[in-house]
Amino acid sequence: MTDYNFAYLDEQTKRMIRRAILKALAVPGYQVPFASREMPMPYGWGTGGVQVSAAVLTPEDRMKVIDQGADDTTNAVSIRQFFEKTAGVATTTQTAEASVIQTRHRIPETPLTEGQILVYQVPIPEPLRFLEPRETETRKMHALEEYGLMHVRLYEDIARHGHIATSYAYPVRIEGRYVMDPSPIPKFDNPKMEMAAIQLFGAGREQRIYALPPHTKVVSLDFDDHPFEASKPDVPCALCGAVDAYLDEVITDDAGGRMFVCSDTDHCERRRAAGHRGPVAEEDAA
Amino acid sequence: MIEITKLSKSFLMHNQGAARIEVMRGADLSVGPGECVALTGASGAGKSTLMRLIYGNYLAGGGAIRVGGVDVARASPREIIALRRETLGYVSQFLRVVPRVPTREVVAEPLLVLGMPEAKALSRAEALLARLNLPAPLWSLSPTTFSGGEQQRVNIARGFVHPYPALLLDEPTASLDPVNREVVLDLIEAAKARGAAIVGIFHDAAARARVCGREVDVSAFAPVSA
Amino acid sequence: MTPLLSVSGLSKHYGAQIGCADVSFDLFPGEVMGIVGESGSGKSTLLSCLAGHLVPDSGAVIYDTRAEGPRDVITMSEPERRMLGRTDWAFVHQNPRDGLRMAVSAGGNVGERLMATGARHYGDIRAAAEDWLGRVEIDPRRIDDRPATFSGGMQQRLQIARNLVTGPRLVFMDEPTGGLDVSVQARLLDLLRGLVRQMGLSAVIVTHDLAVVRLLADRLMVMKGGFVVEAGLTDQVLDDPQHGYTQLLVSSVLQV
Repeated sequence: MTDYNFAYLDEQTKRMIRRAILKALAVPGYQVPFASREMPMPYGWGTGGVQVSAAVLTPEDRMKVIDQGADDTTNAVSIRQFFEKTAGVATTTQTAEASVIQTRHRIPETPLTEGQILVYQVPIPEPLRFLEPRETETRKMHALEEYGLMHVRLYEDIARHGHIATSYAYPVRIEGRYVMDPSPIPKFDNPKMEMAAIQLFGAGREQRIYALPPHTKVVSLDFDDHPFEASKPDVPCALCGAVDAYLDEVITDDAGGRMFVCSDTDHCERRRAAGHRGPVAEEDAA
Repeated sequence: MIEITKLSKSFLMHNQGAARIEVMRGADLSVGPGECVALTGASGAGKSTLMRLIYGNYLAGGGAIRVGGVDVARASPREIIALRRETLGYVSQFLRVVPRVPTREVVAEPLLVLGMPEAKALSRAEALLARLNLPAPLWSLSPTTFSGGEQQRVNIARGFVHPYPALLLDEPTASLDPVNREVVLDLIEAAKARGAAIVGIFHDAAARARVCGREVDVSAFAPVSA
Repeated sequence: MTPLLSVSGLSKHYGAQIGCADVSFDLFPGEVMGIVGESGSGKSTLLSCLAGHLVPDSGAVIYDTRAEGPRDVITMSEPERRMLGRTDWAFVHQNPRDGLRMAVSAGGNVGERLMATGARHYGDIRAAAEDWLGRVEIDPRRIDDRPATFSGGMQQRLQIARNLVTGPRLVFMDEPTGGLDVSVQARLLDLLRGLVRQMGLSAVIVTHDLAVVRLLADRLMVMKGGFVVEAGLTDQVLDDPQHGYTQLLVSSVLQV
């Protein structure tokens, strides 16, 4: 056992956050303000996600933490260790085995199921801020469903690049009501947000929580003549050969060599364990 | 068409010791369709004041100014605007236009505000400018830089481009050469022939004698000095 | 004929200070009304109250809405009022930076009101923006440039295009030619006159420039200390002013 209260936060704080989460689930896509606490890590390292995870964790949970899809990066490792130490919960890297998954910038490739909770770390929860910096005004715009500005943002994209160049944090409309920032996940992941698991979004510095109950309708904004596309590099994973998973570009030498590999490390490992091979893996084997 | 009864006017100068200057009292004037009446009287007798009162540019002190069924002395701004648009034309001595607007558009504007298609309005304006011998290269320029005589002709074209049933002409032939003076007098006669009621100020006695059926000395409208 | 805008007994105080007091007038379709007065005369307060940017202490602002006929704008719900503000009304600020999104391209600025009212076809929005840039005499090739790269006069014209793209019926203008070079002012005035005529716009224009109202406004209200001291036909008020203050105002203009 540890000297920390279960999952670091005191019980009153967890109650406060749970109330915010319940409200957020009741009004999908609406940003609920909450009294974000100082956490033993800097802002931008997932303080919002950590507080939300702490509020929903129970001793029986099995936790997975990913950063850009990977279980083994600094951020993921630190947060996983944080909860091992303060809550003593079991951890895993396997998506299917986890009951609570905290994520930064990705949705796992393995479809989530009922009973799982996906917690997102959110840097900037306000999708309208890009064009309207006044918080008083953006709140009014949400209240009155004045979302023309979101399309101005996409218009600017097309005017400048010939297509909608926004490739992450792609704005979505929830159940035909609130426009929401999905956190900086790649737009490839947007269609996956209509899922069976509960999705919670925590922004620590901005002190906002929002949520999507299971099977909530999530529509990516677009134009009739420039429809939304969940794009990704048009190559298979160099290691496991997956053609339908989101890929990271990895620079392999100083001569411009590169390869594309699954960003979801768990997904890639399981595929390789099942015998799938990508082009680079085959070369190595040869 | 133009029916003035018991018209009076005075100016109150608030900033000059609240001086009250009475310039007109009990003025009566009637001008029927097809008639052209010349206002006469010494300089300062109130010819221009009467014209401005009829046009609604000066606020009448008392009495009535009926033009085509509207009493200008009592009408709301909206009624006067409609009257000026459709019924009452005014050729002043001064040209007041938005700088930069080409002459042909300045002349066509009275037709455009009445809803005439642009092409038709512009061709009418051009025909009239040609008749007034304004060189075609000037049509696409703003009249603000024109000579006095040229501006005068632009003003006249603006006043005659729409067949107003009532017309006010303030020195329409001043600063014009004999040829253009003749054109303007023809225009006035044509307006009379189509039934326009005209009130004018003409210093040019010969022109006055030719187009005006009647002269009214406005000195008679001056208040009896105390 | 129903007035487009019917204002009665409009008053706004800032504490003990009078903003505007007991203002009443009717504005009919196609009419342009000028409001003149010196700084602090209440003309901008009045404009803000009319446009719904400020809540007056008392009075009514009845607007003849397209869908439901005359409605009091002041007691209307905020969403309805804001909807009016981006569809049937337009507001042209003195400083184009207050009325434009400086970080957004000219095309995006013009297209915003279309997108705000549900336009979802990029090609159509862009075509409308190009058309409007042409109408306000901005080279459509500059559609993707930001307003920051435009001159003051162009910015003001862009602001007008951005406002008129939804075909509003009522335009509020606060010193639309203030801060512009004289030559640019003339061009803007010409443009506004043409648009007012072609679109049948009604407008309320606040300015301290008597030359501007003479060329643009059918009617004129003169304000002093929050009160309307004189109102009437524009050229009549300017050429035969009745109130002492108006006489002072008119006689104070420098002749060129």
